[in-house]
Amino acid sequence: MENPNAKAQRHRQLRSNNIDPIKQMRENHPSTNSEDDQRSSLLDLARAEITESSNSKTRTYGGFPDPGSGSGPSEPQAPFPDQVLENVLENVLHFLSSRRDRNAASLVCRSWYRAEALTRSELFIGNCYALSPTRATTRFTRIKSVTVKGKPRFADFDLMPPDWGAHFTPWASALAQAYPWLEKLHLKRMIVTDADLTLLADSFPDFRELVLVCCDGFGTPGLGAVAAKCRYRSHLYSSNKLLLLRVLELVESVVEAVGDEEVDWISCFPDSQTNMESLVFDCIECPINFEALDSLVARSPRLKKLRLNQFVSMAQLHRLLLRAPQLTHLGTGSFSANDPGGVGELVQDYTTAFEACRSLVCLSGFREIWADYLPTIYPVCANLTSLNLSYADVNAHQLKPVIRHCHKLQIFWVLDSICDEGLQAVAATCKDLRELRVFPVDAREGTEGPVSEVGFEAISQGCRKLESILYFCQRMTNAAVVAMSKNCPDLVVFRLCIIGRYRPDPVTQEPMDEGFGAIVMNCKKLTRLAVSGLLTDRAFEYIGRYGKLVRTLSVAFAGDTDMGLKYVLEGCPNLQKLEIRDSPFGDGALRSGLHHYYNMRFLWMSTCKLTRQACQEVAQALPNLVLEVINNSEENAGDDIEVLYMYRSLDGPRDDAPIFVNILH
Amino acid sequence: MFPLPFLKANAPHLSPKRHLDPPKSLFPYGTLTLSHPCPPFSVLDYRLYSEEMESTVTYESDLNLRATELRLGLPGTEEREEKTLPAAVRITNKRPLTETSEESVSKGPNAQHVETEAAPPAKAKIVGWPPIRSYRKNSLKENEGAGIYVKVSMDGAPYLRKIDLKVYGGYAQLLKALENMFKLTIGEYSEKEGYKGSDYAPTYEDKDGDWMLVGDVPWDMFVTSCKRLRIMKGSEARGLGCGV
Repeated sequence: MENPNAKAQRHRQLRSNNIDPIKQMRENHPSTNSEDDQRSSLLDLARAEITESSNSKTRTYGGFPDPGSGSGPSEPQAPFPDQVLENVLENVLHFLSSRRDRNAASLVCRSWYRAEALTRSELFIGNCYALSPTRATTRFTRIKSVTVKGKPRFADFDLMPPDWGAHFTPWASALAQAYPWLEKLHLKRMIVTDADLTLLADSFPDFRELVLVCCDGFGTPGLGAVAAKCRYRSHLYSSNKLLLLRVLELVESVVEAVGDEEVDWISCFPDSQTNMESLVFDCIECPINFEALDSLVARSPRLKKLRLNQFVSMAQLHRLLLRAPQLTHLGTGSFSANDPGGVGELVQDYTTAFEACRSLVCLSGFREIWADYLPTIYPVCANLTSLNLSYADVNAHQLKPVIRHCHKLQIFWVLDSICDEGLQAVAATCKDLRELRVFPVDAREGTEGPVSEVGFEAISQGCRKLESILYFCQRMTNAAVVAMSKNCPDLVVFRLCIIGRYRPDPVTQEPMDEGFGAIVMNCKKLTRLAVSGLLTDRAFEYIGRYGKLVRTLSVAFAGDTDMGLKYVLEGCPNLQKLEIRDSPFGDGALRSGLHHYYNMRFLWMSTCKLTRQACQEVAQALPNLVLEVINNSEENAGDDIEVLYMYRSLDGPRDDAPIFVNILH
Repeated sequence: MFPLPFLKANAPHLSPKRHLDPPKSLFPYGTLTLSHPCPPFSVLDYRLYSEEMESTVTYESDLNLRATELRLGLPGTEEREEKTLPAAVRITNKRPLTETSEESVSKGPNAQHVETEAAPPAKAKIVGWPPIRSYRKNSLKENEGAGIYVKVSMDGAPYLRKIDLKVYGGYAQLLKALENMFKLTIGEYSEKEGYKGSDYAPTYEDKDGDWMLVGDVPWDMFVTSCKRLRIMKGSEARGLGCGV
């Protein structure tokens, strides 16, 4: 390799002579392209991955090269003519943060691929089975933050057995070896064990952020390990260890009390001052040591986010609020009192405590809400941008005095116990609303629901900036959905769940095709769509024709024939995640997506009309696709399959599939 | 376009001619035509399914029942006498698409038959529907058959309790439990005077949002309609039950 100083000097010279140094370099080395091929593999770490991609039929999926090529032969050490270019590239690419931009940059040419791999610091794995951990750690060597997602979303609804897979353990060991400087880890729908958490705590001295969303498999022992071990020495000559951990968030993860193995994990945090900024444990189903928590909050001056579980009472919350008025995000715990005693004066105390929290912008919790305590949050309502009442059974009458103050509210999650009337109150005040989620108190079919198209339409009238909506109801009309499509053109996420299956428009008795059609047609930014109600193939024709940006589509109990699915697979070029259940789409439809499956993260089809044979054909036609046929019931249903979960993979089928998973090839 | 061969019973404003019109589109540019025709049976299937899903079917006395009869078959065949159609099939996950009408769900031709079936048939519990995470479901504890949990609040006491109504056989047991829980005496219920002689009156909010006195309705009706309980105290309590 050339002396870099000499090179830089020559560059300056060339530039002063008004000659482009890069171009000069290329002209001096006319055989650059062929030399490229024999270049030293020092930096060419992932060379094997990009060979032969141009002549593979899988070219359409770009960055997923043919794994059949294997690892390349070892290269001789050769000088780097484009070293300056590489340096420039690396410096520039450091600024690219979006992973989609980075993926695009990595496809430009080999040197861009290399430079991008060296400069990527955040690794996002959308499907843990799309590649082996080793492949990821081989390509990207300087990762500080990792996100891994496991099970498909429909696993949340018990549509596949709990021990299907998505184990974090192999990733834990690979990451521990490859990235000792790792700082952040985000996991979603993975099985994480206490041993995994202990390994994390032991392996990463710089570790500062752990977020577990919808994960399970671990308990308080693992949390205790993380709390205890994530420290660094504060000073070279001091034996004081300060907690480096800043963020510990458990979101909708299953953490249950497991008999004797319960650990008082809150007490595992070191006694000294901590750097904790976010502590979220509202999903933990076991009591915690409140005194330890109180003390932890007291010695965590940077704490901004605190979400308590339901085992923290109102009185205890009060104490914490007095300790930490600087909080910006608060999960209130039970929001009720445990013992009798105490009178109305307490309400005033609590109100005063909330008043002192001038930075509070996000409120959630209210797990066992005692409605008389609601007025205590009035002082903070005016500043709230996010309010989650979705575990609080409040009615319209109780909601109105709260919501009336929430002018800045952007995110609102609530139960349908507030009824249409409550939604009208929301629409009247929350003009800045961006995201609304309305969950059902009673999720059974066939009952009269408390919310309907009336509240829905009111929201569309009042909240014109709406970007995301999730709405459970028992009845909905096309007219209301069409109205929302016109009133809220900024919608990016539209998820409507009419709980009664196959329900038509109750006023016109027609299918809900026109409503959803209007959504895809008028909401030009739409990327996520979930449909329900009575739907014919026409609805899917609309989606295929207008839903050009749709990336995620959820379908249940809808459609008539294969044409429905065909419209979508042929019409939606950006489709990445398609989950379908109980719809009459069969083999012909499955075949119609062959041109697109490599571009998708996954396809889920359960209780449809697929046969094993057709799936076999697809598996043979597309070798980099993994087709998992999952049988939920004991008897094999013969040629018909119950669940098909299909995804692309660079490293072939996984080796940890349980017995009831049949991988076709 | 396939004509709809039947009318909805609860839409009396529709004239018999209505079923010849294609479904109206709410799009300004008219309907999209499908690139191939829908098989007729699918149209029938889902219409009939939806009929069964309707939990309430209302009638008006001046309805032309003949015209709103639910039948299979194309319009213009009114002369054909009603055939006995196969019994209704319970909705399963797999919808029969290509089968003919003998597999389809159907209603009896007699309008009365529909009326008596106003209550929806017992539905098989569908796994994972609606799509709500079990985490959320468990938090709300609204499990069908696993207990009917209602919150109990008492005026003046800053605590909230949850009880399972299924545990109690009747009002006597419920009241006893409440008395034990809150350490108070509620007294005896009398239809005319409510809970006279006690400072407390147990009330409940029903599904319509109305506050009722506990004991006013039969126990079974109470259990299914009670959303939450509130033990009123003082003058408010004494006012209840007196000539309400």
